[in-house]
Amino acid sequence: MSCDWPGRWCHVQKFIERTGPFAHPDFEPSSESLGFLQETCKLLIIGAGGLGCELLKDLALIGFKNIDIIDMDTIDVSNLNRQFLFRPKDVGRPKADVAADFINTRIPGANVTPHYAKIQDYDESFYRGFHIVVCGLDSIVARRWINGMLVSMLQYEDGELQQESLVPMVDGGTEGFKGNARVILPGMTACVECTLDLYPPQVNFPLCTIAHTPRLPEHCIEYVRILLWPKEHPFGEDVPIDGDEPKHIQWIMDKSLERANEFNISGITYRLTQGVVKRIIPAVASTNAVIAAACSTEVFKLATSCTVPLNNYMNFNDTEGIYTYTFEAERKEDCMACSKIPKSITFSESDKLQDIITYLQESAEYQMKSPGLTTNIKGKNKTLYMPTIKSIEEKTRENLKKTLSELEFVNGQELYVADPTTPMTLTFKLSLGSNME
Amino acid sequence: MIKLFSLKQQKKDGVDSDKSGSHKKSSAAQLRIQKDINELNLPKTCQVDFPDPDDLLNFKLVISPDEGFYRGGRFIFNFKVGQGYPHDAPKVKCETMVYHPNIDLEGNVCLNILREDWKPVLTVNSIVYGLQYLFLEPNPEDPLNKEAAEVLQNNRRLFEQNVAKSMRGGYIGSVCFDRCLK
Repeated sequence: MSCDWPGRWCHVQKFIERTGPFAHPDFEPSSESLGFLQETCKLLIIGAGGLGCELLKDLALIGFKNIDIIDMDTIDVSNLNRQFLFRPKDVGRPKADVAADFINTRIPGANVTPHYAKIQDYDESFYRGFHIVVCGLDSIVARRWINGMLVSMLQYEDGELQQESLVPMVDGGTEGFKGNARVILPGMTACVECTLDLYPPQVNFPLCTIAHTPRLPEHCIEYVRILLWPKEHPFGEDVPIDGDEPKHIQWIMDKSLERANEFNISGITYRLTQGVVKRIIPAVASTNAVIAAACSTEVFKLATSCTVPLNNYMNFNDTEGIYTYTFEAERKEDCMACSKIPKSITFSESDKLQDIITYLQESAEYQMKSPGLTTNIKGKNKTLYMPTIKSIEEKTRENLKKTLSELEFVNGQELYVADPTTPMTLTFKLSLGSNME
Repeated sequence: MIKLFSLKQQKKDGVDSDKSGSHKKSSAAQLRIQKDINELNLPKTCQVDFPDPDDLLNFKLVISPDEGFYRGGRFIFNFKVGQGYPHDAPKVKCETMVYHPNIDLEGNVCLNILREDWKPVLTVNSIVYGLQYLFLEPNPEDPLNKEAAEVLQNNRRLFEQNVAKSMRGGYIGSVCFDRCLK
């Protein structure tokens, strides 16, 4: 390409065109891998915030050209101290758009595609188009969603994972001076859901403390947020608190101050109020830089196999000195996401729902006691039958007599089955034969 | 260990053989709540109602205590389970106005496992038992309704009368309660 100059990639070439003591056992040095990295490999960065800006810059400079970046947020003035692809004039514009423009202009050859959207706006056909997904997120729900998506894309043949259906996920996270980077090979190594207990629980104060015995300024703010707001509806019935609306925060702060004075508590400020309402975690630019660098390195390792990737979870802390610790997070046998290899069952269109339930109860393999079944029809959850809950049983009983075609099942329909005999909800993939046989 | 280097060939095949289509999948929260609901083991004083059986994330719990101060009453709780479940606890509100030390007049409930002590290993069943326990053993130590708590602490007899009066529908002080007897 015309934008390359002599020696532009010599540092990258040193890793991929010769082998070394840390090389992956299957690594073969080759001059082709540079082409793969630059022209073929497609990356998706989720989040264009503190980590996302760093990730995009790092990966584009490594030489990955085809990068998509997705973020649902617009730029706020408080982002500018660390989200360095943004300038004061960009405030209010979508983060993904501005970040992509900046990199495409600044780095010759870069081809960054922005998506100003939620990850939930896209489906499997979008995510399947990437080789590696990198996350710089601040939300557990979003991490679980993309994790669930990547796990659900896995294909199995005779219970054997088809490796070409696997999209690795590199996940970074930071909180103040602490951070972590991890590599997830969905279906092979511990996924987000396997290690859900590792996330610290949300700080929730006991309601009675908030209501009657506040001791901290935070208690006063929570009092206004949880108890006063729904009672007084200061901005109209059913208007939820918007943490970015200065009027809302000001109202909460004023009321919190009144309460704090009543209990001789000091320390209420606008900043603290917004911090508590939005559950802001302090962000440190240098931590983002370190974690993004670690994640980008992992992406490079996965894409080129030049070195064995991180196995599989690295903690970082530079509160005092620098500390890192890497360990292998283990898969959870009964993980809600990645242990559920869909099991195949075959029925014909004229079979009834009752036939499936009878099969689950009587087959030697399952011997279920009181299976409850749900599925997803055209993107909507549907409860097919649930014997244990009276109100659901009554409303779903008629489904038992319906044929699978009447229930609008298609070939490949996924059925989710909960039963006391299994530690989690099982997924079944239905092969739907016609009645030809 | 998997070697992803040969992705460049494999990926193309993967994209072409778009066989499974793009079916929407159930979320982990959804699968977990299905498990919880299917295995609800309700005490005979409790009953759950799903206004929309296809929506397992929103439902109501009716508690009709058969002993204690609240015997004969009928109390409705609204459950909202979010996509953060089970990392985050469900949101539970009491829809029946009740004279109770740990439930305020807006329906906020002070139960430790709904807030500070929630853990992902807990289930909807744990919450049901926790709520049922609140009616058997109201706890004046951690009050949300301070007036009710003080009465319970100082004069159990009066508290009992107040509860009975509130459930029949009537005034306690200046607050008018709706009738909630079965």
